[in-house]
Amino acid sequence: MVELEGLRKEYVAASPSAPPTLAVDDLTLTVERGELLTLLGPSGCGKTTTLRMIAGFEQPTAGTIRVDGRDVTRLPPQKRGIGMVFQNYALFPHLDVQDNVAFGLRTRGVSKAEAAERVEAVLRRVELAGYGKRRVQELSGGQQQRVALARALAPEPPLLLLDEPLSNLDAALREKTRTELRSLLKRLGMTAVFVTHDQEEAFALADRIALLDAGRLQQIGTAEELYHRPANAFVASFLGRANFLPAHIRTIGVDSIACEVANRAHWEVQRTPALGEVAVRDRVLVMARPESLGMYPLEEDGSGASLDGIVAERRFAGAVTYYVVQSFGGELLIAGDPHEFEPGARVSIRPHGPVFAFPDRRECVRPEQQPGQR
Amino acid sequence: MRGWPRRGSASRGLTWLAAGVAILLVWTVLYPNLFVVLDSFRGEAGATLEHYRRFFDSRSEMEAVWNSVWLSLASVVCAGLIGVPLAFLFARGDFPGRRVLSGLVSLPVLLPPLVGVIAFLFLYGETGFFTRSVQLLLGMEEAPWRLNGAGAVLLVHAYTMYVYFYLFTTAALSRLDVSHMEAAAALGASRLTVLRRVTLPLLMPAIGGAALLVFMTSMGSFSAPYVFGGGFRVLSTQIFASKLNGDIGIAAVETIVLALVSILFLAMLQRYEAQREYTGSGKGLGRVRYGERPSKRRRVALSVLAWLIVIILLLPHATVLLVSFVPAGTWTTELFPPVYSLDSYRKIFSQPQQLTPILNSLRMATIATAMNVVLAFASAYILARKRAPGRGLINVLVILPWALPGTVLAMALASTFSVNQPWFGRFVLIGTGAILPLAYFIRNIPLVTRAALTSFRQLDPALEEAAASLGARWLTTARRVTLPLVLPGIAAGALLAFVTALGEFVASILLYTHRTRPISIEILAQLRAFDFGAAAAYAVLLIILMAIAFVFGQRAVGEGRGGI
Repeated sequence: MVELEGLRKEYVAASPSAPPTLAVDDLTLTVERGELLTLLGPSGCGKTTTLRMIAGFEQPTAGTIRVDGRDVTRLPPQKRGIGMVFQNYALFPHLDVQDNVAFGLRTRGVSKAEAAERVEAVLRRVELAGYGKRRVQELSGGQQQRVALARALAPEPPLLLLDEPLSNLDAALREKTRTELRSLLKRLGMTAVFVTHDQEEAFALADRIALLDAGRLQQIGTAEELYHRPANAFVASFLGRANFLPAHIRTIGVDSIACEVANRAHWEVQRTPALGEVAVRDRVLVMARPESLGMYPLEEDGSGASLDGIVAERRFAGAVTYYVVQSFGGELLIAGDPHEFEPGARVSIRPHGPVFAFPDRRECVRPEQQPGQR
Repeated sequence: MRGWPRRGSASRGLTWLAAGVAILLVWTVLYPNLFVVLDSFRGEAGATLEHYRRFFDSRSEMEAVWNSVWLSLASVVCAGLIGVPLAFLFARGDFPGRRVLSGLVSLPVLLPPLVGVIAFLFLYGETGFFTRSVQLLLGMEEAPWRLNGAGAVLLVHAYTMYVYFYLFTTAALSRLDVSHMEAAAALGASRLTVLRRVTLPLLMPAIGGAALLVFMTSMGSFSAPYVFGGGFRVLSTQIFASKLNGDIGIAAVETIVLALVSILFLAMLQRYEAQREYTGSGKGLGRVRYGERPSKRRRVALSVLAWLIVIILLLPHATVLLVSFVPAGTWTTELFPPVYSLDSYRKIFSQPQQLTPILNSLRMATIATAMNVVLAFASAYILARKRAPGRGLINVLVILPWALPGTVLAMALASTFSVNQPWFGRFVLIGTGAILPLAYFIRNIPLVTRAALTSFRQLDPALEEAAASLGARWLTTARRVTLPLVLPGIAAGALLAFVTALGEFVASILLYTHRTRPISIEILAQLRAFDFGAAAAYAVLLIILMAIAFVFGQRAVGEGRGGI
């Protein structure tokens, strides 16, 4: 449905001597028909630029954009036929609700009578039937959001783009609206691309998430895939909470490797795509989610399977309780039962869920490159 | 690795529009000045520097330059000393009647330059009300002063130009974050220290902007030195005199000197404006005062003071109104006129040729303003877009007329449009009904364009993007989204332009013909014929027309703004 291929966007710097800013770097991804895809990432990661390139408001420096198999890279926005919901809704303040929603129909030459009918139908879909004659300023934030959606949907575009559509709503309304939005788009069979920086929103809205950082696609997949099988350390730390522990490789298996974590504990760790070719004694970073680590009363069995630590703090967080534990591998965040341990308790830490190995940032100092180490 | 050139209708349309606007601006704003420059080098036998030599050798010319400069500096000081304290009094003071009075203080905006001058004549002139009252009170044989020379010009300037300081300072005060002052007070600063070390420095950009504006206005001021100057020469009146004497070469040199000084100060003003935008970014707060409420006695005293000031400032309006009821030749030696009648008004409305100047002014101001609106929309549309071609040129040309005093512009138009050379864009417009509307149009380009640009800057670019994403073409978006949203702002600017054009005098006096004479010229003619009643009646009608335009316009703007 939407194919981005090698998409790249450079912004010319203010002074000619400075290098251009790279907003989007070689982005390739596909959105399937009827799929809701979210572009997620920290601010400045290039997600909004990507969305605006799909809409036609920005010209890519290189690469192609295809919608429905048609190359639209050089088409101006008004010829792309793509619907868009803006972050601040961009409702025309001088038009009432009906004229706002009819705008896209009238520009396509739909007759007044037919437009009125279709406007009423689409307003009914967003539960705003009878609001046609209202001024847009009279509406609440949630209603304005729905008018913006209705306006984008009225011309029945093949693709809908939504730029942080819920960020202007208050927290309670946002949660309710995102469920409604998802079910409406699913019912209509819309293909849609969202932009958001809120991971919870991304999880709730999207079929798949494309996580961007520094203009590059880090990983694309379902929320579960990204959370449970992060491709790299950025994905792991951006989505949910993650503990990182220094380690080095002892033995290498097919799917997993055995690591010595913090020079003490021997853990079985899953490989990740980012890891690439590794050798024994290579340094790696071991990532563990708080719920993948378990704490046990201190055991001095000497088997080397666990890491010792002291509970420093207990944080109640509703469904779970987090323990901050000082260990030889650094400070760890571990999920546990509410009154399992008191601060000051000495514990042994072992993984009881999947933990992953990522390349260490200091990977360039591989042992074999240092003479005298062998 | 460079970006692809933008194709498609949007960019092509914009390029055409920019080209059209740039050509029109070059033709009206820049091109006529070229002929002034040419005139300044034209001798009987080819190019010559003779006129420049004569100018710089002449003691009276040098005196005029020096007079223009020091008079303008003095006008800045005097107007500032009135305007800034007034702004504090009305924006910060706490006394009954503050809101009504603060509106009345800005009323002199509605006083056209020539009308202000003749009002002063009736008030403070040798036979004026105020002068004669003082004379009678002190039992003097002769008038205690003569309203003549530099002092008189300065008085008129201070009175008519304090409004700039008042409006700029009031606006800055309303933007000021009171927490700055409160922070200083909490750090132990006394009220005076807070004022000196915090408030005034924060207001400096606005006050500086007003000062430059007053300086430029004063440099270009013509009516006051023309009527009261006597032997006191300034550049603007010298230009007029040289032209009447037929010495076009010297007039051109004088014009160039005046324009260059003004452009210099406009450049400074532009830099100040940039700063002002920067400092103005702070959030305005609801509270404008800090500290405790003054005692009741203090508040009453303040109120009395405020009323007194307002009465003094509005005396000229009242005077003009009073004099307009005096039939010609009935008022000789009495302090107040003995006979009052509606004769002057009756005469104006009963004789068609007496009504001509009013109809002329209305027609010409309407034409000029209509052209201003179209051009302002187009140029602001271009200036609001960062990637538009020719943006830099247009940006300079739309503010340049500000630096060209009315006399300069009139000279330039007179040189350019007295010859028929269609291939060079020159037509004989002098003596036709087209030259004055053209002059009014050019003078008001900066005013309307700035108003339009402010509206454009407040326009959310996402609105135009939304229209494009809904399939609207470039022209459809401009017509159905952009125009309706910026119209209120442009209307506000157009209104001011219309009002200014109605009372325009400086350029008119160099370009009018009897058939196309505007109200201001008629006022001067009646004054010369010693029919003060008729002159004042025309002035009153002019003020009424301006007030009507103002009220109606503001209502229209208000309604339009309800949509935003």
